[in-house]
Amino acid sequence: MNKKQKKVLQRIIISFVCLIILEFIPVDGYIKFALYMIPYLVIGYDILRKAMKGILNKQVFDENFLMAVATVGAILLGDYKEGTAVMLFYQIGELFQSYAVGKSRRNISELMDIRPDYANIENESGEVEQVDPDEIEIGQIIIVKPGEKIPIDGIVVEGKTTLNTSALTGESLPREVTVGNEVMSGCINLNGLLKVQTTKEFGESTVSKILDLVENASSKKSRSENFISKFAKYYTPAVCYSAVALALIPPIISVLLLNIPANWEEWIFRALTFLVISCPCALVISIPLSFFAGIGGASHEGVLVKGSNYLETLAQTKYVVFDKTGTMTQGVFEVSGIHHTTIAQDQLLEYAALAESYSTHPISKSLQKAYGKEIDRNRVEDVQEISGHGVIAKVDGKNIAVGNIKLMKKLNVECTECHSVGTVVHLAIDGHYAGHILISDLMKPHAKEAIAALKKIGIKKTIMLTGDQSSVANQVAKELMIDEVHSELLPGDKVDKIEKILQNKEEKDKVAFVGDGINDAPVLSRADIGIAMGALGSDAAIEAADIVLMDDDPLKIAKAIKISKKCIRIVYENIYFAIGIKLICLVLGAVGIANMWVAIFADVGVMVIAVLNAIRALYVSKL
Amino acid sequence: MKKTYKIEVDCANCANKMEEAAKKTEGVKNAIVNFMTLKMTVEFEEGADPKIVMQKVLKNCKVVEDDCEIFL
Repeated sequence: MNKKQKKVLQRIIISFVCLIILEFIPVDGYIKFALYMIPYLVIGYDILRKAMKGILNKQVFDENFLMAVATVGAILLGDYKEGTAVMLFYQIGELFQSYAVGKSRRNISELMDIRPDYANIENESGEVEQVDPDEIEIGQIIIVKPGEKIPIDGIVVEGKTTLNTSALTGESLPREVTVGNEVMSGCINLNGLLKVQTTKEFGESTVSKILDLVENASSKKSRSENFISKFAKYYTPAVCYSAVALALIPPIISVLLLNIPANWEEWIFRALTFLVISCPCALVISIPLSFFAGIGGASHEGVLVKGSNYLETLAQTKYVVFDKTGTMTQGVFEVSGIHHTTIAQDQLLEYAALAESYSTHPISKSLQKAYGKEIDRNRVEDVQEISGHGVIAKVDGKNIAVGNIKLMKKLNVECTECHSVGTVVHLAIDGHYAGHILISDLMKPHAKEAIAALKKIGIKKTIMLTGDQSSVANQVAKELMIDEVHSELLPGDKVDKIEKILQNKEEKDKVAFVGDGINDAPVLSRADIGIAMGALGSDAAIEAADIVLMDDDPLKIAKAIKISKKCIRIVYENIYFAIGIKLICLVLGAVGIANMWVAIFADVGVMVIAVLNAIRALYVSKL
Repeated sequence: MKKTYKIEVDCANCANKMEEAAKKTEGVKNAIVNFMTLKMTVEFEEGADPKIVMQKVLKNCKVVEDDCEIFL
């Protein structure tokens, strides 16, 4: 509790004790009034002052005004105890609210507590010194001790260690790094001493960007939040006017038309009950708090949501569209089969790797990786790269041709078609066919579970869009049980496909696109909601997407949707609950069933319950 | 131009009122008050001097909510 809250607590206790004592003092008339003024003023002086200021500033319909009118009214009617108690409970409610909000604010910032406070550098005398990370320039060497957070992105120049990336990804899978590896700020150095040469400024580093994004996320307001702001704007004045009407009209009608006593006291008291119920605080606080907690909880799980509005859209997602490479598959090509004819398997691979050794194409890289030995480029001569076909080169004096079926046809080499799915690299030695190597992209470990999980949470259709050839695409789709697949698409075609999906769906269903963020920017922004995955360190993805999955586990897609659904459910619970209870109490108050105590529950009790419910949105790790 | 300021305000409804007041201030194109992070992001109109505009914003906010504070 802060100072302000402690002071309010003291006032609450004093006033409460006074009220209890007064209960046992048999006094009447002016003395009773004077005695009750003590606890009333102790607890309510600031509210009365604020209400006065509000009137002077022509801001009459605020809650201070309402409380002041309601309690002063009650006291004028002789209900000293009720008047004071209403003020007392109002203050208790306010104190609780401010405490709960402050606490959840702290909870959430603790979840996101990845901001490094300092960076270590070696000063001129060789001692390690702590400085503000903002002062570090690009290229400077920083020292990261075991147990510390890496403050700035950079490259390891000395030492090796294991990093804990859980603050960024939500996964506590340790990562080994050594000299030459890039390291991301926000990771925790677990065991070794590292020297890191920075490649970015602090403000541009991963950790700063993420914090910035999450902190600003709740500024993009959702439809529910806007609804509540508007609702609050009309609700309070409406209730106030109703209260005036309730105080005046029934007594006047009684006197003029029905010829019965006006019973002013009764009706004014009912009107005051109205005023106490009228505060919209439960709604106004609990809705943004739910979103804030939801976003905070999600970021703890490695799901960054860029705004409350996106959380809302994500919860309504019924169609999920994927990119293939890098999203469902690893985007890493590996040799998955060697089908040789005349020469040994190893030799086939060796020739292919050597001939392709000058190429930077992912295929040639995978050949070299599968070969696994140091490549002696002295054995390779006369390299000729034929674009769209392959490579012709002299290896150990032999004419080697490595490439696709088109190259073989061009060289008039008869080759066998491969029945497996993937990219096929044919090889000919001195004009004779030697066999082919099958290269395919590996599926991500959780890809299949990810699709199943999406089905389970009610996604109507999963669709895959890819630039890859149809045989590969169909096989992947079949294996993962994806409903629909469109292959051999250029980046522009992907946008067209998304447009079509957007046209054919029902109004309230939303379409999410999941891509790896680098080349999918146009599609990411065209879909109702763009999800970039594996975004750790990719600025383009963080820019283009609405939701960023920090690691590249596709299971997180379903998790993100579940988090959003939980959060939205809580938001609606709060909206219906708070408005519902208030309306019921208003009706009960109008017909005279609800007394001041019910009114206090409608105001403070509802708020307390709504705030507690909102905080539930923070706990999403078990979803 | 956009600038973010730290604010202090006690209740969520008051934060909404501050946002309204800031939006209506001359020289402010848009304003967003984030009650959860206690921050106010103000987008200024072109050519407006943030310092002068923010004084007005503070004054207008004080009118609707006496208890608020903007750390300029």
